Amino acid sequence: MAGSAVRQALEDGLVVAWRNLKRVPRIPELAVFAILQSIMFVLLFAFVFGGAIPLPGGASYREYLMPGIFAQTIVFATATTAIGMTDDLSKGILDRFRSLPMARSAVLSGRTLSDVVYNGGILIVLMLSGLAVGWRVHTSVPEFLAGVGLLLLFAFVMAWIGVWLGLTLRTVEVTQQVSFTVLFPLTFLSNVFVPTQSLPWWLRPLAEWNPVSALTAATRHLWGNPNPFAASGLPAEHPIELTLIWVVVLLAIFAPLGVWRYRSMSR
Amino acid sequence: MSAIVAEGLVKIYRSRKSEVRALDGLDLTVAEGTVLGLLGPNGAGKTTTVRILATLLRPDSGRATVGGLDVVHQAQQIRRLIGLSGQYAAVDENLTGRENLWLFGRLYQLPSAEARRRADDLLEQFELADAADRVVKTYSGGMRRRLDLASALTGRPRILFLDEPTTGLDPRGRLGMWDVIRGLVDEGVTLLLTTQYLEEADALANTIAVVDHGRIIARGTSDELKAQVGGERIEVVVHTRDDIARAIVVLTAGMDGDHTIDEHMRKITVPARGGAQRLAHVVRELDDAQIGIDDIALRRPTLDDVFLSLTGHAAEVAAASGASDGR
Repeated sequence: MAGSAVRQALEDGLVVAWRNLKRVPRIPELAVFAILQSIMFVLLFAFVFGGAIPLPGGASYREYLMPGIFAQTIVFATATTAIGMTDDLSKGILDRFRSLPMARSAVLSGRTLSDVVYNGGILIVLMLSGLAVGWRVHTSVPEFLAGVGLLLLFAFVMAWIGVWLGLTLRTVEVTQQVSFTVLFPLTFLSNVFVPTQSLPWWLRPLAEWNPVSALTAATRHLWGNPNPFAASGLPAEHPIELTLIWVVVLLAIFAPLGVWRYRSMSR
Repeated sequence: MSAIVAEGLVKIYRSRKSEVRALDGLDLTVAEGTVLGLLGPNGAGKTTTVRILATLLRPDSGRATVGGLDVVHQAQQIRRLIGLSGQYAAVDENLTGRENLWLFGRLYQLPSAEARRRADDLLEQFELADAADRVVKTYSGGMRRRLDLASALTGRPRILFLDEPTTGLDPRGRLGMWDVIRGLVDEGVTLLLTTQYLEEADALANTIAVVDHGRIIARGTSDELKAQVGGERIEVVVHTRDDIARAIVVLTAGMDGDHTIDEHMRKITVPARGGAQRLAHVVRELDDAQIGIDDIALRRPTLDDVFLSLTGHAAEVAAASGASDGR
């Protein structure tokens, strides 16, 4: 009985994920603009601001930039998840799902799963554009894959945050506004675009312990891209471990919150 | 046996500023294989009732069973028995009709191949086969409603909830929907249907329950309700105001019952026991008396008439209903 319940949860989750992914090519604007937005950031920072941002040791800014762009793209995709969730809520799709004898977990697990796959697709396109502006991976294939794995793991966590945001805010417009008010500082108060050494002393710890910084530093480290860190300490010396800790902590907070929000829809 | 039973359902929507008592001790029963029409204006509690019975919402107090199962404690078992088609067409507009039906069939726990066959059958049955592979966004309102209903049927439910199935449809779409619903009832499903139109409840339901402010205020067959309301009326608009008094004498001759006069519109309304025959008689009499008329019509009782006679107030569209209905 328990075994079949788990199988049903998996199957239903996959069906919901299939439905979410099936929608992607039907609304191509969403994916296209997600990619264009990231490419715009690459171009802006590679050619406009990059020259004014000196890296310690004179390392290549473009090589420094790309892992940050990947992390930023994944963080921004939280808004896509949240908006997808509010959209389903306001259009009555969630009510339809909730009236069906499907696994209760499937709506949320399907959503987070499909968003990881979606992010993976976008990452591929961005990596190709990165190669075009001079970004390279200088390490081995396993280390490259480990970096990609970390990015996708982080995408999964961010999707859970998106689920919670979407179910909490409930309307597409509000979700759009709130997402970006939260997500912009999260990526800009980090090592994504500028080395944390350039920040005022009181802001620096915030930026260094920021999960987005940890993720970016971890991928830079894994791929042999420039990774300047001023201070010693956990964020500087163990970015991979710190990323994994963040993944566990954020998941432990936001997955239950998302599930709780979903369940309390019947109140 | 009763397929649906609700006893003393209470639901209160609380927000920071206000408290809306959406259901205030609602009782109803629907016998297996019959159709109950839940009739009432916006904000009366129809949608809330459906949402509780379809396990989407928990009541604050009271209890309800569907197919003998408790809506709070046996929700998942109930979901295997029911189909729900909502007021807001809950199909995915970025999927095709076929994909929608396959999706909902799978989530009703049909194996993939069977879900595919079921989708084909339903597309055929609901005359959507030609549009099966088009994205739902391109469907007309009527097609969307039919697909929504078909989605509710993928699991072959024994008990069906339809929340305002024809609201927003044009007259042709409405008649088409009625035919589809009658077909389902012939197959023996138990149906609970909400509507704002007496005519619709009349056309589809065995029993009608009138809801107002979260309670059932009357129930019976449509004939019983109409008798209570006073049945059909004749409305006459006379040509000149001076004729009103003479017209009333003609119109009420041999009839008892109230008549109402709208001086400004020169309109007189009288009960019309005998329906069309009475209308023909009245036309002849008015003609003989040489009273000029601008308009004359036989009017069937509407939801407003039902409300007026049951509650003394019109079926006002509650201004604050946005919060209480739907959510």
